[in-house]
Amino acid sequence: MTTAESLAHLPALAAAAEPAQLLPAREQMAFTLGFHIILVPFGIALTTLMLIAHHRGLRKGDAEALLLARRWSKAAAVLFAVGAITGTVLSFELGILWPRLMRDYGSAFGFPFAIEGLFFFLEAIFVSLYIYGWGRMRPWAHFWTGVPVCLAGIGGTASVVAANAWMNQPGGITVEHGKVVAVRPAEVFFNGAFWLEFWHMFLAAYIVAGFVVAGVYAVGMLRGRRDRYHRVGFLTGFVTAACALPLQILVGDTIARQVFDDEPAKFASIELLPVTGSHVPETLGGALVDGKVRYGIKVPDMASLLAGFKPSTTIRGLEAVPADVRPDDAQANIVHWAFDVMVGTSFLMLAVVLWFGWLWWRRRSQLTAGRWFLRVASVCGLVAVVCLESGWVVTEVGRQPWIVVGHLLTRDAVATKGDLWPFFGAVLLIYLVVGAAALWVLRSMTRRWRQQGDEAVSVPYGPERFAGTSTGKAS
Amino acid sequence: MADLVAVFLFVGVIAYCVLGGADFGAGFWDLIAGGAGRGREPRRLIDDSLGPVWEANHTWLIYCLVMLWSGFPTAFAAMTSTLYLPLGIAALGIVLRGAGFAFRKASIRTPEQRVYGAVFALSSVLTPYCFGSVAGALASGRVPTHGNGNAVTSWLNPTSALGGVLAVLACAYLAAAYLTVAARQQADPHLLRYFRDRAVAAGAVTGVVSIAGVFLLRADAPRLFHQLSHRALPLALLAALCGLLGLALLRAERTRGLRATAAAAVALIVSGWGVSQYPYMLGTHLSLQDAASPDATLWVLVGVACAAGVVILPSLVLLFRVMDRAEAAEPAAPETP
Repeated sequence: MTTAESLAHLPALAAAAEPAQLLPAREQMAFTLGFHIILVPFGIALTTLMLIAHHRGLRKGDAEALLLARRWSKAAAVLFAVGAITGTVLSFELGILWPRLMRDYGSAFGFPFAIEGLFFFLEAIFVSLYIYGWGRMRPWAHFWTGVPVCLAGIGGTASVVAANAWMNQPGGITVEHGKVVAVRPAEVFFNGAFWLEFWHMFLAAYIVAGFVVAGVYAVGMLRGRRDRYHRVGFLTGFVTAACALPLQILVGDTIARQVFDDEPAKFASIELLPVTGSHVPETLGGALVDGKVRYGIKVPDMASLLAGFKPSTTIRGLEAVPADVRPDDAQANIVHWAFDVMVGTSFLMLAVVLWFGWLWWRRRSQLTAGRWFLRVASVCGLVAVVCLESGWVVTEVGRQPWIVVGHLLTRDAVATKGDLWPFFGAVLLIYLVVGAAALWVLRSMTRRWRQQGDEAVSVPYGPERFAGTSTGKAS
Repeated sequence: MADLVAVFLFVGVIAYCVLGGADFGAGFWDLIAGGAGRGREPRRLIDDSLGPVWEANHTWLIYCLVMLWSGFPTAFAAMTSTLYLPLGIAALGIVLRGAGFAFRKASIRTPEQRVYGAVFALSSVLTPYCFGSVAGALASGRVPTHGNGNAVTSWLNPTSALGGVLAVLACAYLAAAYLTVAARQQADPHLLRYFRDRAVAAGAVTGVVSIAGVFLLRADAPRLFHQLSHRALPLALLAALCGLLGLALLRAERTRGLRATAAAAVALIVSGWGVSQYPYMLGTHLSLQDAASPDATLWVLVGVACAAGVVILPSLVLLFRVMDRAEAAEPAAPETP
């Protein structure tokens, strides 16, 4: 099938009676969330990396670690600004694209965002203080202004994940005549999917941020800048991500079993399983065509083994899902492929981590000497982002056609008036420009660091004169 | 219960107006500051004053949104399904504004700075206009309870236009007043006079438009006019008084208390709107009580608001004080090369 043909089939994704606004609304939500989610790891984990370096710098009088912390804080400031504004747009979109979700379930789905708002507020304030505090506050007092940034990032993630997990496994509400009449906040927030989803996202953040940071310094070393500064930068990022990765694979495996128990439709899509049965093979790749699994590599009994630890485990297929809310072939294929990409990239990264471990064990002093290792390490960041995005596709597309499982269909939640295409077009254009500009700004920041030293770069938080005076002193 | 949450929500609205509003206003002055040479000094002061606080100021918007959609989901959905045009434009404006400002600070070449700066400044005017017109739509009862109201006339109407223009003007006035104080702190007599003149002009125009607006409201939103001239009359009079006091302070080049006076004037006008609207969320057809979430959710929101009071307010005070102190400690900083 050519791309044009497959695009022509896209509108048929959901059921036949599909509202006109559904496609643009879903595409826009997917695009803006997909954009925002890349920035999230930096808000959560880059700030932690920065504090790790800062702590080392202060404790051991390590000037290079201190310089790294300072520069990371400036990069984090730019990324935090972009994350903040794209997050704001998301909150408008919840209302503009999905008014019925907010009207009918805002009382339950909405309040975790109120808690998130609190954490975000705290983060914004202390980011300003921390960035501004370089050279202006006493060293340890300044270090401590960074700690709330880190903690608030974790709290904020937990809150947003709580809202998302609630859509997958809604709990804590009493519905009468389609109206939420009672809310039990603790059950809403700590719903069935919450804890595992939270740890999954939390670890993902450290993996993405760690590998991206390591990648930046790996490229620097490949270009011949093999000083201690680059080594410390690389190791701080890489080791953090390397510690998080095995944990992540364990958590992921546990989540898969939880999805098997609690979200059978999603699990059937993940395993590409049309018919209920035992001794289910694990299909790698492949596709559902007219309700039948075609192509792909089948590992006998593997899916049953992974889901229930014995080959006789019965897994419910797509046929077990009522016909009117059953994911169609295209959707199941997307979920299945996204899952395969997520798992595949995770094990790729694990292989790189093992390689690193072997290098560490063999010849600690020349750890980062090998060009091939650096080449591979430099793309790990990109691979981690791909992994993050595909994991997110699994959970979001896997939930369709529901927006709140069992309660509200996505096609019933969407806006009914106006035309969302122009809005989507404008958002697409602006985001691409903002994304490109952010990358350009970061690039020119690093270039200036190399050419003129640290103080020539100012960031969106500190006042201009801060940079000015420091330059005056330095020159 | 619903009333309490509404009060907390409205405190957020007021905070956003007096803090976020000043940021928008600074963008307005940035826009009309002239070419790269002439506008250099005012723009530098704007960058200096905005840099440390703009992100925190705009977090108030998030606070308002989450309080609104969790506490009063019906009203939120009605607003977004009717006013999706101004809200969509405002959302895009916020992206462009934040990005433009952040990138301008992080880039050093003049052509780049000019592009980012223009984006920042233009969207700083567009966004408050849209928010003002949304307020006008709510106040004049143009948002039906079940949403999906007229997408065009709901925000392109006399009351919304008044709301939009007043929002832009009030932002400009606030910003000019704050920047006058900032110029005094930096001991820059030229900039002091520059922003003082602009604050006087913006304040005077805001006053004239407000008075003209009273007549407009009488024709277009009679209930709002009635409540403003009865229940909210003390607030309106106090606002006028603060406005006059602010102008007097500006004329005398007295900066002590200027920021508070300017902020109070705007806060009083906004509270006047809130008091006139009470006990309704939308026009006179959806009351706070009917729009409210179940009690448990409202309790969570009260908790969030109290936590904000305990944690956020001291942090904000700390932020503003550290910024002020550091500025006071370094009065004669050299120019940026």
